[in-house]
This record gives sequence, structure tokens and C-alpha cells, in this order.
Amino acid sequence: MHTLVLTKGVPDFREGKVSFDENGHLERGKTPTVMNPNDAHALQAALQTRVRHDGRVSVMSMGPPGYKEVLQEAMASAYADDLYLVSDREMAAADTWATAITLSAAIEELGVPDLVFAGFKTADGETGHTGPQTCWCLDMPMITHAVALDVDEKAGRVRARRLVEGDIAEVETVETDLPAFVVVDPEFEPSYRTARDRLTLKQLRATARERAESYEDVLTVWDHADVNVDPDYIGLDGSPTIVSSVDPIPKPPAEREATMVDPANEAEMRAVLDAMRPFASDAAAAGGD
Amino acid sequence: MTEHEHYEAVVVGAGPGGAAAAATLARYGIETLVLERGVEAGSKNVSGGLIYAEQSAPVTVDDLFPDFREEAAERPVTRYYLHNVAGDRVETFDLGRLHDHDTEWADAVLRRKMDSWLESQVHEMTSETGGGLLTGIRANGLLRGDDGEIRGVTTDELDPIEADVVIAADGVASELARDAGLMDWEDPGQWFQGVKAVVDMPAETINDRFALSEDEGAAHLFSGDLFSDVRGGGFLYTNRDSLSVGTVFHLDSLVAEEAEPHQLLDALLTHPLLAQWIGEDYREREYAAKLVPDSKKVALREPHAGRLLVVGDAAGQMQAQGPIIKGMNHAVTAGALAAEAYAQAKGRGKPDRAGRLYAKKLREEGVMDKLRPRGYDLVRTVGERDDVTEVVDSLLTSRLGRLGVRALGGNLERLYGSPRLAAIVPDTRTPYVTLPTVIAEELGTRVTETSRVEPPSLEERIGELTYDTDVGNPHIVLVDDSYEASGAAITACPVSAKGFGGGCYREELVRTNGHEERLVSLDTQPCVECGTCAVVADTEWHHPSGGKGVVFDEG
Ligand SMILES: Cc1cc2nc3c(=O)[nH]c(=O)nc-3n(C[C@H](O)[C@H](O)[C@H](O)COP(=O)(O)OP(=O)(O)OC[C@H]3O[C@@H](n4cnc5c(N)ncnc54)[C@H](O)[C@@H]3O)c2cc1C
Ligand code: SF4
Repeated sequence: MHTLVLTKGVPDFREGKVSFDENGHLERGKTPTVMNPNDAHALQAALQTRVRHDGRVSVMSMGPPGYKEVLQEAMASAYADDLYLVSDREMAAADTWATAITLSAAIEELGVPDLVFAGFKTADGETGHTGPQTCWCLDMPMITHAVALDVDEKAGRVRARRLVEGDIAEVETVETDLPAFVVVDPEFEPSYRTARDRLTLKQLRATARERAESYEDVLTVWDHADVNVDPDYIGLDGSPTIVSSVDPIPKPPAEREATMVDPANEAEMRAVLDAMRPFASDAAAAGGD
Repeated sequence: MTEHEHYEAVVVGAGPGGAAAAATLARYGIETLVLERGVEAGSKNVSGGLIYAEQSAPVTVDDLFPDFREEAAERPVTRYYLHNVAGDRVETFDLGRLHDHDTEWADAVLRRKMDSWLESQVHEMTSETGGGLLTGIRANGLLRGDDGEIRGVTTDELDPIEADVVIAADGVASELARDAGLMDWEDPGQWFQGVKAVVDMPAETINDRFALSEDEGAAHLFSGDLFSDVRGGGFLYTNRDSLSVGTVFHLDSLVAEEAEPHQLLDALLTHPLLAQWIGEDYREREYAAKLVPDSKKVALREPHAGRLLVVGDAAGQMQAQGPIIKGMNHAVTAGALAAEAYAQAKGRGKPDRAGRLYAKKLREEGVMDKLRPRGYDLVRTVGERDDVTEVVDSLLTSRLGRLGVRALGGNLERLYGSPRLAAIVPDTRTPYVTLPTVIAEELGTRVTETSRVEPPSLEERIGELTYDTDVGNPHIVLVDDSYEASGAAITACPVSAKGFGGGCYREELVRTNGHEERLVSLDTQPCVECGTCAVVADTEWHHPSGGKGVVFDEG
């Protein structure tokens, strides 16, 4: 069983940690980077898969070299075996779409795993798009808002309980073939129902921190050439999102306007698809081989 | 039956009994899983507590865990006194002889520290033979096959687990022993209730006030009229940098006197005799309580049923030898003997004989004789008759009796120091209250200190405790809320009191059709899981799920 967790570093938004320049821009260099809090749940899902089905856990992130520590943190909490940082100056300022293209290319470079886990939304961009977009690029079945997971290795299936519309009150059970892409909800609860699984978990936890100290031994850093993406499609140049201005209000984390589209409304959906189409064909080309 | 996860041995409970059983099983190379409901072993446990290593015991805790005294214990007990109290008159006996009898060593312990150390040792040992120790898992019953035979255990947190042998070391309110039909929780006369405060005190102050060096410790016992007529006594033990001060009372007596356990503890803490040790700067670290079985009445002669072997408090193996309380040491011995019995029975190809072999070992190693001394039953039939107690007590308090006590004088100390007598003292008012009171009145000297100790209120005590409440899932349910059935818990519960709204049990006056009815209500939030209301009230009593409920830091 091979699982991959996509994780991301975000500025530490806790009181007193964030730094802005005089123009109100976030000073990333002066603001410490921490793991996107929601990714902790994706790591828990990967750890559960590792404990219950054995095998390998990889963690991947895209971002500046400073994200290494985020990967170390991830390694400790999911008992990961190998870490990948996709890092390139060309990729700076990528939006979720460009990130998704790059990540999907990197995943293909890695070899598509049985399960890919992503956290629900990041604390800085707060769009919740990167996961689904990456999944789309990989053409995998996707389960979102997963709160519980069960993998049937023999049958090659994954079953999940998920929140319908992200609402705690409504839970449904869905099933799909592996490989699959799972966006893990903050309400996710790992489940260990046998003593053997609990003992394995206890043993992993006991050594995880110490093991993660030598994370650099298992870390691979890739640039755009390593993952075969055209620099034109990534980074700021490849990012269709234009940020006009961001208010310097660190708490709550920056919010962007979201337009809710009713998927049943033919006209609205068409408008969205039309807007996306040019990038979609590029994505296929970028992530293709 | 459906396929279940299987371990050769499952041990439920990681107190001294479970730790000894698991360590012994691992030594025999047996695959052993240990399940403990606390977040950490010791977080649910309370003792006085002095752990004894008896010379006559086949196994002591340091046999199994050689670093025990160094790593898990507080101070060795090098002084041992009994104070007979009547008002402010006190006659002190040096009971060193009773304490030393059959004693290799005896150390004061705090259970969180002791049990969590044992936990790490046991996890390491059992991991080596394919098992391990899990915390936060509560066994909620026995797994039975279609034929009704015991096959393993069921828990709140995990799927059912099968085992070739199950060792129940789940303490005083053992749900497994009850499930097997070996124990019931009916008769308050079979139990004691222990209540304890851990008092903060720097090591140097302890050395100073008790005239001790770093590696010496003192034990002080108290009996007489300081607890009114409630049968029981008090203790004070020195730890490294704290004191354990507590009381142990017969539960039936607590109920009969409608006594409030926390007030009895306060009566001890604020007695002028203790002023010399506690001083003015009283700081209570923790308030705790637990039931204690009286082995003389409940120790199971055949503590097994099918694959289930029961050890320690769960099997009633808690010996009150006069003022000396021996539960932990017997739990260790029994745990080791049960494990040995299984290993040997299996070696002979007859694992189903393990239970009987275990019971035989308890007899042959002399453990059963300590738990249920032969003389006691005789003493009991004569000495525990109410009319006999009346006569003896009025004789003792008469001029003649008092003269006798005076005449005995120093010899009384020797009589009190007799281990044989201590083992069989009748369970009546006489040895607990009347005799010590007369001794103090006739022979005692007046204490001149005054106490400045102000113990915290019950509300403050509860407020200082840590709880992880299982909201919406109370572990105790009142079956009969009439005052007649369950009213006794209002006073007997160590975290409830008459007229106190912040405890577990409360009295409610309900008006129905013009007449008033006295009812009892229950809120389990402040519960310290002592087990008292399992016996004195009509409840459906369970422990909270793994990790939930009260968390003791000291124990
Ligand atoms: C105030 C007081 C003073 C005492 N003084 C002394 C003394 O000075 N000397 C002495 O030797 N003894 C003393 N005792 C008695 C002593 O504490 C007990 O006899 C001893 O702890 C018994 O050990 P045990 O291993 O049988 O049970 P315990 O120590 O009670 O251990 C039982 C374990 O099982 C766990 N458990 C319970 N139910 C479950 C479940 N369903 N699933 C999973 N785990 C479970 C508990 O969390 C606990 O860790 C005293 C007791 C009290 C209350
Ligand atoms: S509610 Fe029952 S078990 Fe809980 S502390 Fe009170 S008497 Fe003990």
C-alpha cells in the first residue's frame, strides 16, 4: 500500500507571529512557516492506512526550501518514509491551479500511489481548490470531506464516510476503486479497532520524533525540470488568478470572495467551464508525460 | 463464533496485580496483551500506601522489577507508631515490632508514579513476546462462546479479543469478576472506604518535622474517638516531598453513622496531634478515594471461572491486619501465581487446569491463610455479636476495665504489636473506638499544640481534580432513585454531602399530589470512581470508557 500526503506550509497566523511590511504585504521571510493546520488530518488518515495496511507513506509539498521543516513535522506525525519538496524559483507565487499542475506532474514522477490524501483548505489561501484540482489533473476518483476511512486492500476499494456538503449533521458512506484521492475533513477521526493496530501505532509514535530528526536522508528536492513541467505553465506566469489586494487582517486568515455556483444551473456551470477551459487543455499538456 | 483477534493471554488492569501477572507471563515467553483503562497506569488508582515485601511471600514486587524501590517508591518506612486518641489525650505505641514482623522492606508509594513506571516496564517486557500494554482501553465484559464459556474480553474501544487465559486484575469494582458471577456488590459490611489527601511539603521540612534523614520514612496510625463512632482509622505516611494523610473506614459503619468521609478526613487533618507535622502552611495536592475489599470476608477461595483467573482487589485479596493494610503486596503475589499457574498448566498440556492450580498455589504458599485467617471465623462468631460488643465495651469503659488498662500499661503496646492478634481482631467498635479511647483516657498525655490547618472545602477539592468527562454518557445510572434505596450515597459518596449541590448525589424534595417525596439525583461529573455507590445505592455501575473520567496525578 502506497499513500501520499500533500501538505503545505503556511505563515504562522498565531498572534504575534505574523509580520507585514509597510505596504501591508505579508513578510513571509519574517513570518515563521508552519504546517497548514488542516493537513494534520490528512496525515492522520495516512498514518491510519500505514498502521492498518502497512506499506509506505510519502509526503509531498510544493514551496520554498523553508518548507523542509514542514515536511519534517509531517514525517513525524505520519511516520512517513520519504519526503518530496517541489521547489523552484520559477514556481514562486503559483496559484492553486499552477500548483495543482505541478503537483500532479510530481506525483506522476513519483509513481501514482494507491491513495492520495490532502487536507481541507489551507490557512493562507483558504480556497480549498488545490486538492480537487490536483486530483482532476491526475484523473482519479475523489472523495471529499472524508471523516472516516476503510480500505479493502484485496478488493482494491476504499470506503469512506463523508460529510454531505461539509455539514456535520449529514453523513453518507461512499466507495470507490483505488487509486483514489481523498480530501480529509477536519472532523476526520482515525479508527483503530484491534489491539495489534493500537500497539503498532504506539510503537510508531514512540519513535516518530527521533526518526524524523534525520528527515534530510529521505528528502528529495525537485525543480520544474525534474518533474517535466514547462515553466510557462507554472509560477506567476501560469497562474490565472489575479490578486488585486489583500487586507492586512491576519485574523481570521485571509478570505477571498467565493462565488457559489449551483451545479444544477446550466448557464452558471457553462460560464465556469468556459472560464476554465483554456487552462484545462494546457494542464493536460503539462502533466501529460 | 466469528473470527476474533487472538492473544494467548489478556491481562485487564495495570495496577500491581496486573503488572505482576503480565511480567510473569512475559518471562514465560507467553504472548500477553495488557489493557488499562486510564490514560496512563496509575491515573485511576489510589492507595495509602505502603507496599510491603513480606519475607514469607513467594514473590515480591522487586523480584519481578529489580529497580522498583529506586525508581517507583518514595521513602522506606523506618518508624511505625499507633496513636490512641481521646479528645486531646493521646497515648502513642511504637508498633515497630508489628511492622517489622515478616517484613523484608516496606516503602511508601504514590500510585501515579509507581504504576506508570510499572507500565513502561511491563510494556517493554510484553512487547518482547509479541504483545504489549495499551492504555485508554476499558474492558466492559467477558467474551463468551456460543456454549457460554468464557473466550476472552470485550471492550469499549476495540473489537472483541479472544485469549487462552484472561487475568482480571481490574481492581476493587471489578466488572469482570462480577460478569463471571464471582463477586457481587451487595453487602457494605464486606468493604472499606479509603479517602486520602496528598499534602505538599518540601523534603527538608519532612526530615525536620519527623526527625528523619533523606532515606528514612515514618508511618503514623490513628484510632480512638476522633472519628466519633465510625469504625476505622487514620494514617499519615511520609513521601519524598509530600505526605499521604488518609482514613479507612468500614463502609457499613460509614453508612450507619451517616458520616461524611471528607469531614472524617478533616477531623484527622485538623487534630492538634497532627499540628506538629503539618504546621500552618497546609497545601493539598490531591483529594482521592477508593473502596477497599476486606479479604477476611470476600477473598475468593476459588478466584477463577473457566479461562478467567482473578487477582488482587478484584478477587478481594486485600488484608487489613489490624492497622496495617496489605493489598498491593498480595495483588503482586497473586498476579505472579496466577501467571505461573497458567504457564505450568499449559506446560502439562492442560491449560484448562490453570484456575484450580492458581487457587492451590494461593493455599500452599500461605497467601489464603493471611487473607482469611483461620482464627478470624471463630472470633467473628463470638466477637462480632452485637450483644458481646455491648458487654465488652461497657466492661472496658467501666472502672474495672479502666483499672485493667492501667495495670496492663506498657504491656498493651506489646499486645498491639502481636501480628497474630492483629490478623483476627474482631470487626467491631471495640478495637477501633472503645479500646483506643480508654487507653488514651487512662494512659494518655495531653497534646498542647493547636491546629491551624484549614482543609479545602469539598467544592475546592473537586475543583482541583482533573476530569475528562464523557459528556452525555454517564457511567453510573441510578436504577432506584428513592431515598430508601439510594439515599445512603449522599453522605457515603466521598464527593457528595448533605446540602451540597456540587457533588454526585443530591437529595431532591419533590411534591406530588400534595405530599412531599424524598428522591435522590445523580450527576457523575465529579465522580472519583471509588465504587462506593455500586454497593450502597441501587445503581447500574460501570467504569467510564477508556481515558474518560477522573485523572489522578498523585494517587
Ligand atoms: C486509601 C487507601 C489506602 C490504602 N492503603 C494501602 C496500603 O497502605 N498498602 C497496601 O498494600 N494497600 C493499600 N490499599 C489497597 C491497595 O490500593 C489495593 O489493594 C491495590 O491497589 C490492589 O491492586 P490491584 O492491582 O488488585 O488493583 P488496582 O491497583 O486497583 O488496579 C486495577 C487497575 O485496573 C484498571 N481497570 C479497572 N477496571 C478496568 C477495566 N474495566 N478495563 C481496563 N482496566 C481496568 C484500573 O484503572 C487500575 O489500573 C489502600 C487503598 C486505599 C483506597
Ligand atoms: S458517584 Fe459513586 S463511584 Fe463516584 S465518587 Fe461517588 S460514590 Fe464513588
